[in-house]
Amino acid sequence: MTVVRISDDALALACGADAVAAAFVAAGCMVERVSSWGMHWLEPLAEIDGIGFGPLISGDVGAVLAGTSDKRIGAIADHPFIKRQQRLTFARAGKTRPLSLDDYAATGGWSALKRVKSMASSEIVAEVTHSGLRGRGGAGFPAGIKCRTVLEAPGPRKYVVCNADEGDSGTFADRMLMEGDPFQLLEGMAIAAQAVGARQGYIYVRSEYPHAISKLNAAIELVREHIAPFRIEVRVGAGAYVCGEETALLNSIEGKRGEVRAKPPLPALEGLFGCPTVVHNVLTLAAIPHIMVPGGASLYDSLGIDRSKGTMPIQLAGNIRHGGLFETAFGISLNELIHDIGGGTASGRPVKAVQVGGPLGAYIHPSQFDLPFDYEAYAGADALIGHGGVVVFDDQANMGALARFAFQFCAAESCGKCTPCRIGSTRGVELIDRIRAGGRDADPVEALAQMHNARKDRRSRAEDLQLLEDLCETMQFGSLCALGGFTPYPVRSALKHWPEDFS
Amino acid sequence: MTRAARIVEICVSHRGREGPLLPILHDIQREFGCVDAEAERVIAHELNLSRAEVHGVVSFYHDFSAEPDPRPCIELCRAEACQARGAEELIASAEAAAGERVRLKSVYCLGLCSVGPAARIGDRLHARLDAAALVKLVQSA
Ligand code: FES
Repeated sequence: MTVVRISDDALALACGADAVAAAFVAAGCMVERVSSWGMHWLEPLAEIDGIGFGPLISGDVGAVLAGTSDKRIGAIADHPFIKRQQRLTFARAGKTRPLSLDDYAATGGWSALKRVKSMASSEIVAEVTHSGLRGRGGAGFPAGIKCRTVLEAPGPRKYVVCNADEGDSGTFADRMLMEGDPFQLLEGMAIAAQAVGARQGYIYVRSEYPHAISKLNAAIELVREHIAPFRIEVRVGAGAYVCGEETALLNSIEGKRGEVRAKPPLPALEGLFGCPTVVHNVLTLAAIPHIMVPGGASLYDSLGIDRSKGTMPIQLAGNIRHGGLFETAFGISLNELIHDIGGGTASGRPVKAVQVGGPLGAYIHPSQFDLPFDYEAYAGADALIGHGGVVVFDDQANMGALARFAFQFCAAESCGKCTPCRIGSTRGVELIDRIRAGGRDADPVEALAQMHNARKDRRSRAEDLQLLEDLCETMQFGSLCALGGFTPYPVRSALKHWPEDFS
Repeated sequence: MTRAARIVEICVSHRGREGPLLPILHDIQREFGCVDAEAERVIAHELNLSRAEVHGVVSFYHDFSAEPDPRPCIELCRAEACQARGAEELIASAEAAAGERVRLKSVYCLGLCSVGPAARIGDRLHARLDAAALVKLVQSA
């Protein structure tokens, strides 16, 4: 019987994978639902004996089986999009059934957890530190140092918390990992728990990811014994972007408003319910199993450039022809990512801008596309890597509108705790509107004689731009967390490179 | 069973959890379509919190609503990556088709950013939408 492999990842489902799978079953095939290869423009993608066909609709099935389909893409493993990658975290993508313990064990699953069982906590932490792994959530803080702080913190109760509140537009790697290879994440959490001495773990998943939530719950049920006495529970977010900030996330798990906490104290010392807590992003925790196999840490350390070690699952999104998941060692340029790998824009028009790192990331101009993918290089260019999302815009994008959107998004999602973010974002929207409208006169109230402090004459464009710059500076340095603190990045970069879009 | 008794039952079912408020609110929102003042009062009593504390949490999160909305709901992504793929151009025709009968809700990223514009109806996801496809979704919602 012909075995057909089709992904059951949420993105494949959204593109119609179930109908295609049903058509193959109706044609007498055996269908295996696997994780996604991450070649999203080809979804729904079917694999028969290693040969790929996509993007399919159910009407294509007859031709695929007859060998006459023009959607044949050849051997998937040899496809240039896959061949050019170096997949460590996503080594199983496309190859295993997400909830099959047999598939997981057959591809090296649990070997790291078994190995660390005989190691001292400090040895585990030392190896993670040696690998050079940095937090993949955005800040890029060394993962080993965080673990060591928790390990050394006093206290009988400690927690491991996985931040799966992947709210950034243009990112989907966490979702793909949770849906495609959930055991790897659970194994990583179990190892982290062993490293710091935690008994309980939480995975905080955004409610926009129902498929990831059900996969994780099923996976946790299946691995209860493997990870005992450590226990893991999934907690579902409730539509607040700011809960991706680690202290807001902890408040949310505790059942409070998702407001940001002032630091210090660091969560590593006083985190969930006041106990020492290691909070890591999905991709950071999922990297731990392949780092903790013999030689894994050294391999990781040997990849990448400068202080950005190992691989990064980069997400190619937005107006790009070949969008999807591209895991590679740090150091790759945007030119390679967008043109060589991504095939340029989906619309066929010229690329105008790229936003890297989600809604809080800078807009990058094509003249900067040779920047190497590296935490420090991006920081040096007033940009950030964040969670590795790359969103491409063609020449129809209006950067003034996008800058306004950045403020608007911040206003809608601000937790309200600090003033620069709560008020500044709203003032930012007004200010950009004013600049784009060519300024405005004093309104009737401002014009009243008793409004001594209100300005009576029109501000010039230069004065408005200076005001915007002041606002950005206040938000950047005065906000409690990255939401208010980084909103100026997309705004400033848009204004700097595309001032014509602000008039 | 009265509504209040059912809410008590939901609270009790989460008793073993640390910080049970969010899971409780999700259950109530799912079952009753909202978390209203009456529900807040019962929860506050069960968890030994003040009503202000419970209300503060309910009103903080976009997923909880104070009043039920019986209309079918389509969540449409309007975040940057979907904007880059033309999501904003679909809004006018979708709103016209929705009228008062269907609720169109803006959401920010469904994790389908490489195949947008994207929408979600319950747990069903839709990608690569164009104006015609979205209008069809609205009409059949
Ligand atoms: S931006 Fe629309 S799905 Fe991510």
